[in-house]
Amino acid sequence: MATSARATTDGASPPDPPAPPSPLPPPTRGPGGPKGSGSRKGSGGRAPGSSGTWRSRLYRWDLKATPYAFVAPFFLCFAAFGLFPLIYTGWLSLHRVELGGEAQWRGFDNYTGLWDSSFFWNALANTFTIGVISTVPQLLMALGLAHLLNYRLRGRGFLRVAVLAPYATSIAAATLVFAQLFNSDYGLINSVLGWVGFDPVDWESSKWPAQIAISVIVIWRWTGYNALIYLAAMQAVPQDLYEAASLDGASRWRQFISVTIPSIRPTILFTVVVSTIGATQLFGEPMLYGGSLGVSGGSGNQFQTLSLLMYEKGWITGALGQASAIAWVMLLLLLLIGGVRLLVARLNRETT
Amino acid sequence: MKIKQTAGRQHHAGPLTYVLLGLAALVSLFPLYWNLVAASHTGERVVEAPAPLLPGPHLFDNLTFAWNQVDMGEALVNTTVVAGLVALSTVLFSTLAGFAFAKLPFRGRNVLLALVVATMTIPPQLSVIPLYRIITDLGWVDQLQSVVLPSLVAAFGVFFMRQYLLEALPVELVEAARVDGAHSLRIIWHVVFPVARPAMAVLGMLVFVQSWNDFFWPFIALTPDGNPTLQVALAGLGSGNHTINQAIVLTGALISTLPLLLVFALLGKHIVGGITSGAVKS
Repeated sequence: MATSARATTDGASPPDPPAPPSPLPPPTRGPGGPKGSGSRKGSGGRAPGSSGTWRSRLYRWDLKATPYAFVAPFFLCFAAFGLFPLIYTGWLSLHRVELGGEAQWRGFDNYTGLWDSSFFWNALANTFTIGVISTVPQLLMALGLAHLLNYRLRGRGFLRVAVLAPYATSIAAATLVFAQLFNSDYGLINSVLGWVGFDPVDWESSKWPAQIAISVIVIWRWTGYNALIYLAAMQAVPQDLYEAASLDGASRWRQFISVTIPSIRPTILFTVVVSTIGATQLFGEPMLYGGSLGVSGGSGNQFQTLSLLMYEKGWITGALGQASAIAWVMLLLLLLIGGVRLLVARLNRETT
Repeated sequence: MKIKQTAGRQHHAGPLTYVLLGLAALVSLFPLYWNLVAASHTGERVVEAPAPLLPGPHLFDNLTFAWNQVDMGEALVNTTVVAGLVALSTVLFSTLAGFAFAKLPFRGRNVLLALVVATMTIPPQLSVIPLYRIITDLGWVDQLQSVVLPSLVAAFGVFFMRQYLLEALPVELVEAARVDGAHSLRIIWHVVFPVARPAMAVLGMLVFVQSWNDFFWPFIALTPDGNPTLQVALAGLGSGNHTINQAIVLTGALISTLPLLLVFALLGKHIVGGITSGAVKS
């Protein structure tokens, strides 16, 4: 991002500690950013002359070392809690390990074991289908919602906060509420279906209804969040594009399809990637939706995801090697998704 | 924020738009409303068809029970401590690193920044097994530090602060301070923090919400009957380990949600702005 031309010397800045954290100035470009808190520089001044070389050496050392000192906490934390465990998990995946026990070398047995395991393929398929059912409608609805929020509205502040409220609700709380709403015997959703004239649906032990119910929880929590991301992107689309389009006689719908969507394509790609990563890791929703059967993903494993299977292997069965192998398969899947993302981004650049 | 400016399309909304948006708001808010309704009835009533739609008289009883018998109070304190510490440290370290990546020249900057971004795709599933072994060895199961330490800083935060400071902090300001002989810590305190404050506030809120709602690792590192956060305590209620009725389970959900909803009602606009500004550019 280039630094846009902005008025940094916009007079009238208070001489003393900058203004309180007033309504936010834009973190990205745009006028009205924090201005001229710069009058604060160097209240210490410098003592000229005295011990010059010692000072200048210290000064140069400060210039050189400081950047590394500032980024060090992140990389130390990542090394300790990200990279080291990642490699350790890889090592464990090649062993037979039980909780608190010694590791025995097993080569790729854990991986070939997964290949032969119907539970693994079932979990992989469930992760995929729940991922599709939860992500595709979510992003489409978010696009529509963002489009509506982009009109001039009364009460738009309220509307924006309202659609974001699910994002403030935790996975656990949301899932426990929806588990009641979806209950086959007394849940509100079956009651409503009954009033409209449908038969009650078995939202727990039938495969597809259960997967749909779990997807609804995901959709409910994330649609508003994604809509607001799209909204911000839509508002950054230059107005003259729309003017040109309407001069050409394009209808509103036409403008949405051929101006809005192409203009926010990078943002759409971003949300697709983020949602896909989230879907690959899905754990809390199926776990808690299943109640006491949560870990196995329902009585017939009908909604057991990869994360759930990994948890079951690691913490219920106590087979940490197998659980580690599942974790590494997930990493490979994500790398695959990342590769596809790069490919799509490149194609995007070539076609536009 | 961009959102507040009147950029973008200026068409006035028609009645259909309001109907659809009203529907979206209803769908977004109804489960939360129903949570309140269910928490105000007896356990027997909640599991009776048709489900109640209006608040009942038992909210206070349920809250007292959840607070005293299920220790939701302790979980609330734990969650506040964890989310507060995680938010503070993430904001501090992210601002330092974000400033270095945005404004300080150093060797390997681009490579390291790319590395920061790349780490965002690594799921927590890849680290929980070794981490669990470690905290078991250290005797840290059910200790809050096992949840706080791995979250002291986040790649997302570093990237967020870098994007903000890239635009908001003029290099001249930093250079002028250097010419005046200010050392780096002084620059951080007197130049960077004042400029970064709005973004630090937004990041703090986002991280607080995220940490408050975090589930996967806390669920492994803490136990519902030991020293849980709210989410872990809720998981204990939901998985039916206790013989507790559904009204109490949903009262627990309400206790875990209400503080954040209050924060959203008060600061919602800033949170909305923070979410949109962080993600548009990528």
